[in-house]
Amino acid sequence: MPVNSKRQFLEFEKPIKDLIDTIEKYKYDSEKAKIDMSESIQRLEEELVEKRKEITQQLSSWQTVQLSRHPDRPYTLKYIEKMTTDFVELFGDRNVKDDKAMVGGFASIDGETVMIIGQQKGINTKTRQLRNFGMANPEGYRKALRLMKLAEKFNKPIITLIDTPGAYPGLEAEERGQGEAIARNIYEMIRLKVPVICVVIGEGASGGALGIGVGDRIFMMENTWYTVISPESCSSILWRSWDKKEIAADQLQLTANKMLGFGLIDGVIPEPSGGAHWNYDEAALNLKNYLKPIISELKTIASEERISQRIEKFGKMGFWSEEMSANEKNK
Amino acid sequence: MSKQVEDFDANLTGEEGQESPRSGWFKRIKKGILTGTHEKKEVPEGLWSKCPECGFICSSTELKENLFVCTKCSYHHRIGSEEYYQLLFDDNQFTLLFENIHSKDFLQFTDLKSYEKRLEDIWAKTDLKDSMRVAVGSINEQSVVIACMDFEFIGGSLGSVMGEKFSRAVDYCILNKLPYLVISKSGGARMMESAFSLMQLAKTSGKLSQLSDAKLPYISLLTNPTFGGISASFGMLGDLNIAEPGALIGFAGPRVIKETIKKDLPEGFQRSEFLLEHGFLDFIVSRKELKKKLTSVLRHFSN
Repeated sequence: MPVNSKRQFLEFEKPIKDLIDTIEKYKYDSEKAKIDMSESIQRLEEELVEKRKEITQQLSSWQTVQLSRHPDRPYTLKYIEKMTTDFVELFGDRNVKDDKAMVGGFASIDGETVMIIGQQKGINTKTRQLRNFGMANPEGYRKALRLMKLAEKFNKPIITLIDTPGAYPGLEAEERGQGEAIARNIYEMIRLKVPVICVVIGEGASGGALGIGVGDRIFMMENTWYTVISPESCSSILWRSWDKKEIAADQLQLTANKMLGFGLIDGVIPEPSGGAHWNYDEAALNLKNYLKPIISELKTIASEERISQRIEKFGKMGFWSEEMSANEKNK
Repeated sequence: MSKQVEDFDANLTGEEGQESPRSGWFKRIKKGILTGTHEKKEVPEGLWSKCPECGFICSSTELKENLFVCTKCSYHHRIGSEEYYQLLFDDNQFTLLFENIHSKDFLQFTDLKSYEKRLEDIWAKTDLKDSMRVAVGSINEQSVVIACMDFEFIGGSLGSVMGEKFSRAVDYCILNKLPYLVISKSGGARMMESAFSLMQLAKTSGKLSQLSDAKLPYISLLTNPTFGGISASFGMLGDLNIAEPGALIGFAGPRVIKETIKKDLPEGFQRSEFLLEHGFLDFIVSRKELKKKLTSVLRHFSN
């Protein structure tokens, strides 16, 4: 977690920054002048927590998207570091290469071995490029599937952590079958014999997210989004302009609470006040505590039953009408 | 000769394409629709038709007789479900299934126009209920269920209705022990249904696993264009993945890729031939050979 002086702030986080600056100033002054200002500092720190909470409570859809992309946010490997022990990272798709945008391996959650897989973003310019901004190529999806099959063979539950602006739209990606790789994952995931839990921890953009997003239970962290297209691309296609991303975000109804309301996900996992980037330990603990009973619950279900429930779960998604519209009756 | 590159994304808005800059020669002189909506088909309009690939001009009747394949360069013009059913089913005999299912603006999605209005406009203009029709009939006396997309209905986009029709078609195949052919032609998922449209990828793939367990063949025929959610789900999951010649098929659209890599795309990129070369298609089949080849394939599966 970055120290306060290294933190980055989004525009709507400005009041938080102001408070932090004031606190830092008080601390500096009290040390310099050797006066005890601890009471005021404590009061300000409490105010800071309140302010963080207040800001995340009134986010617009677009601000949620911005928060999900916050440069200080914890990514997959951070969650693995904080909520598991004995992580053994596994690399490669056994075919083309190792995709750095997709990570995974065995890890232990309070003594229980699970397979954890997720997209990984970088934390600075160099690693962002290395991780391709969390946009996996086909080999990333195939690596993920290889690890899932490995987990299935040794009867380990699978946890996927979703955080991607989309599958990479590149030339080589198409040559190596980006569509096929995602399709294959979706098809195979729905038939996996072990429990599968998917959690959106940041951005859940389209097929790139769903490529590791089919499971028995789907959750979203509080300040994340999940939908069929990024608001920017949606704006460019439907509004024919890049400037309507805020409206597009609203129209897409992409926030965790909306998704829960639609019945497309099974729960929203709370984040620390102000968002996951304010406290990695707390964010990871929340996630771990949320997942543990669900893993236990899923393990009690027979695998054939779990698979048919999974197919049924996705089979129910959608809205349509089977009545004739007035328009058709007139024909 | 520079060819106009079609922007598939634009079709997903459900608007009609831009007026073509061709001469008035090809345009309808009389305004207004003279044919009944039941006669309207997804075919080139007017008396004459110009091939977008080679520029060859032939009469619409001639083009139709040639199964909407350019007589000079074999370019496959885009056709709708009606034409495919006519081409494939014996004596043009078939029964449409699940026709009463249609889209609903559940999210009250509004971009430049409301989704509801878009749907009403297109229902008024065509006889199509949605972007996919499902029919059962025979191909050279072998019974088969064919689900076929119509590009003119919001760019053949994948939404809840397509997902549900696809699923019921699978159930129908399992119940009646029939092979399943899906003819794809789509810009991708229907954005106006947001995450619901995305989840159709998982819904349809789940149904395919049931079809697979029932050991029934699933053939995926990809036609121009097939992108996004279709290629990232059932489009690429066939026991056989086949395509018409020259069809553009891919995950990301050419425009998006070009913007991402900031380079021109190589000739033939994302065409059927390119996919065959990279190992993602079982074969390419011309429209004229389609029925014959499907007959052979279906016979091999059932023998």
